[in-house]
Amino acid sequence: MDWWLPLKGSTFAGPIDGLFLAILIITGIAFVVVEAGVLWFSVRYRHREGRKARHVHGSTKAEVVWTAVPAVTVVALGIVSNQHWERIKGRESVPADAYPIAIHAEQFEWNVTYPGPDGELGNGDDFTVRNQLHVPVGRNVLLVLTAEDVIHSFWVPVFRLKQDAVPGMTIRAWVQPTVAGEYELACAELCGMGHYKMRARVFVHPQPDFETWMQQQILEGAQS
Amino acid sequence: MTHATMDMMHPPVPAEPGVQAYNLKLGMWVFLASEVMFFTGLIGSYVVLRFGVTEWARPGVVLNIPITALNTFLLICSSVSMVKAYAAIADGDQKGLRLWFLLTILGGAAFVGVQVYEYLHLVHIGFVPSGVREGSELAERVAGGAAPAATMGLYGSTFYTMTGFHGFHVTCGVVSMIYLYIRKVLPGKYTQQDYRGVEVVGLYWHFVDLVWIILFTIVYLI
Amino acid sequence: MTSHATTAPAGHAHHDDRSFLAKYVFSTDHKIIGIQFLFLSLFFLLVGGVLAMQMRWQLGFPNQPMPGGGILPETWATDGVLLPEYYIQLVTMHGTFMVFFAIMPLLVGVYANFLIPLKIGTHDMAFPRINMASFWVAFLAGAVMLSSMFVPEGPSRAGWTMYAPLSARADLSGVLLGQQLWCVAIILLGLSSILGSLNYITTVINNRAPGMTWFRLPLSVWSLFITAILGLLALPVLSGAGIMLLFDQTLGTHFFDTTAGGQALLWQHLFWFFGHPEVYILILPAMGMVSDIIANGSRKPIFGYHSMVFAIVGIGFLSWIVWGHHMFMSGMNPTLGSTFMVTTMIIAVPSAIKVFNWLGTMWEGNLHFHVPMLNAVGFVAMFVIGGLSGVFMAATPVDMPIHDTYFIVAHIHYVLFGGSLFALFGAITYWYPKMFGRMMNERWGKIHFWLTMLFFNLVFFPMHNLGMGGHMRRIYDPTVYNFLDPMQGVNRFISLSAFALFVVQGIFAVNFVWSLFRGKKADANPWRDNGLEWSLPNPAPHGNWERVPSVYRGPYEFSHPQASEDFLPQHVKLPGDQEPASAKGAAR
Repeated sequence: MDWWLPLKGSTFAGPIDGLFLAILIITGIAFVVVEAGVLWFSVRYRHREGRKARHVHGSTKAEVVWTAVPAVTVVALGIVSNQHWERIKGRESVPADAYPIAIHAEQFEWNVTYPGPDGELGNGDDFTVRNQLHVPVGRNVLLVLTAEDVIHSFWVPVFRLKQDAVPGMTIRAWVQPTVAGEYELACAELCGMGHYKMRARVFVHPQPDFETWMQQQILEGAQS
Repeated sequence: MTHATMDMMHPPVPAEPGVQAYNLKLGMWVFLASEVMFFTGLIGSYVVLRFGVTEWARPGVVLNIPITALNTFLLICSSVSMVKAYAAIADGDQKGLRLWFLLTILGGAAFVGVQVYEYLHLVHIGFVPSGVREGSELAERVAGGAAPAATMGLYGSTFYTMTGFHGFHVTCGVVSMIYLYIRKVLPGKYTQQDYRGVEVVGLYWHFVDLVWIILFTIVYLI
Repeated sequence: MTSHATTAPAGHAHHDDRSFLAKYVFSTDHKIIGIQFLFLSLFFLLVGGVLAMQMRWQLGFPNQPMPGGGILPETWATDGVLLPEYYIQLVTMHGTFMVFFAIMPLLVGVYANFLIPLKIGTHDMAFPRINMASFWVAFLAGAVMLSSMFVPEGPSRAGWTMYAPLSARADLSGVLLGQQLWCVAIILLGLSSILGSLNYITTVINNRAPGMTWFRLPLSVWSLFITAILGLLALPVLSGAGIMLLFDQTLGTHFFDTTAGGQALLWQHLFWFFGHPEVYILILPAMGMVSDIIANGSRKPIFGYHSMVFAIVGIGFLSWIVWGHHMFMSGMNPTLGSTFMVTTMIIAVPSAIKVFNWLGTMWEGNLHFHVPMLNAVGFVAMFVIGGLSGVFMAATPVDMPIHDTYFIVAHIHYVLFGGSLFALFGAITYWYPKMFGRMMNERWGKIHFWLTMLFFNLVFFPMHNLGMGGHMRRIYDPTVYNFLDPMQGVNRFISLSAFALFVVQGIFAVNFVWSLFRGKKADANPWRDNGLEWSLPNPAPHGNWERVPSVYRGPYEFSHPQASEDFLPQHVKLPGDQEPASAKGAAR
């Protein structure tokens, strides 16, 4: 469906979409109650000859109810949301086994640095690919986000993951892709006139294909 | 109905009771609330920026603390003379008002003068809003390790913005007081029944003084 | 430096011998200043709309020549096809004009000025000359902002939120002068707002008519009062931030320069610390005026007056501690994010109370759907959508996919257009007779309402779906992305609806101007309302009342059993009413 949520491409997508639907149902009920009230009252109490409005200033009981119900609902929503939030973005949330990839954003490109054979960033065997993010499916990936010039925002709709890359800061985010395929990475924060074309391709490979791609890159790097 | 027969130092009648202050005084308090937010924004940014970096120039390396301490004392004295001016007119003492009001103006003007001198001197040795001017005396001292080069830019940015806007406020105060002195104080327009202008400009003056004491502490001494 | 307002000789009310310039241009009369703000902000509303239409053309028909685009200079469009740098300038200036120069002055500049003295019963503002200065500084700010459109590189390219470092560095954004002018205009606008606010606050506290106690104030005055406090305390923070941004570009300071220890997020914290109170500045007055109109249209006292007041005060207070919800994805400490999520969730409660109280007011009423009432009920229906969609982005995990997408664009427009602007269409029609002495045309007002309601929803509702699909804001050409391809049809549909929405506003414009000259002459109290302003002739004279009326009750006593008609004005003394104690000094 083009007008609904995109493919669920990471472990975040399930809970986030679930929460989205839960909020949709709750707000949907509130929406229907209010709009139905507006329409019904508009018709039922419209001016007719001889109608007299009731002279009443309020009702403490009703007001307590419609203060308490929304209050309890939103606080409950907040508590549920926060559990997911801590798991997704919390400072301690990045799994220890996550495969590290560094992403350096600049006007208007994504420089993606892979750890090379040793699986660790910053050991001299790293290599950088422009505007291509390759990740293995079913594995936790750590994204180390930095920016060269202005604020950019890492946004892969199928992962449901968005995180700003801010100059002067190093921000860690993580994701576990669940569906192999080719997707898109977009910049979500206005970063200048080329903002609209700050696009990268995202390849989620099955693990063997990822290894193959990695070998290929290392070979090419060695040749050049 | 003339102003003279009314007690102008109290809220307007007839009206539902508001606060026990006439409009001008209430208006000044409200305005000062907005000024508090303005300086909170500047000072808050300074705190965030300063604690966001690891090193900062030690007090006294760039700025001349004794001169500014003297200047601070001068501003506090002008606040005292403002109180004396207020007390004088509350007693109906026109002569006292003229004397103490004039001393307040002089104190404020002297403060601005010293600040201008300080700025000129700082720019001369190479301390500018963008940091340290290349090839200047200060640049050599920074190169010699007198102050951390990496954060001198922030130091200049925050110093000039905060003290500059404070100086601008003092200048506005001095200009308003000169205006009031010529138009109201000298012709004896303030009376024991109506000295609202003195009280209101006094409020502003004490506020500016208070802001300076905070700025002097956090910019010069810490 | 004396306050003339409270001692203004009442003789002015009849013999107005001031010159044209003093009467209509450099006027210190709060009503004229309100009308001046009205014309100024309606002009900027039009400008903002024209900019939006160009954006919609590019989004609906990417890279096709825009009809009439040939007249744009080479730096904006080639052969009628908009350039990407011009597109983001459109985005920036549409937001800037609409927020700072259209909706904010329409709500506050116009109605705080026009309504506060009339509704609380006083001759003028506490400081009429400061009030006049407030308008002319706003005028200057608008002129500076508008002039930035016509300087060589054009206006700012950093979005209305002006995120640093893009806004701070001309080498990265490509604009220097336009950006500096933006800062100057915003600093001036801040000054104007502060001058206005201190007037509104002082006037409401000190100059209420005898008997006009705090809990007899109309909700419009309550909301404008709280709005003034928000403006007073929020705008100086924006001014401070604007000054730092300006200094970064002119004096070479490093506040937002990350290469010299400055911080990119500092701007966001300052901007949104101002920005969230600002959001409520843009909706509270609308809520207040809608409350007045709904009570009038329902011929019933407002339901839960006290809880309405506490909700306004509560929103005013909470609006200071929610700003971080704009920054969930910014790299701010996620634990702070949790805190801001909780405060944000809680601020939904007072809004909910208000909506239910409006419904309660309509319940068992005697509903007269005049044009202001239609727009006020439309406000309730649309504001609910904007309020509820806010819950999605308040929930931090759900914010992750919808942040910076069209879902946010939909949300802000449901609140500011569906909310504030519908309220304004109601308010303009409602107080038009007191401003100009004539009524706006009823039939065309109704046609305008229904068509606006239709096209507004056709434009902004589908944007929720675009946002759910991941469609980013502020992008020049959606066709660059494969995943946005299937949405291009929706984009085109939105654009066509937007053009229709714009055209429909012509009805309002024509009605407004036509009624100035040809509208039906209005009675002093055409809506049969209780407010003090309706005790004055049309248009209300300079100085308002010769003698300020005494007030005997609250503003919403419709269908009172003791009254012969279905309304009972605040100043009408019933046999059992006591003269307010504070009216003793009134015999002067």
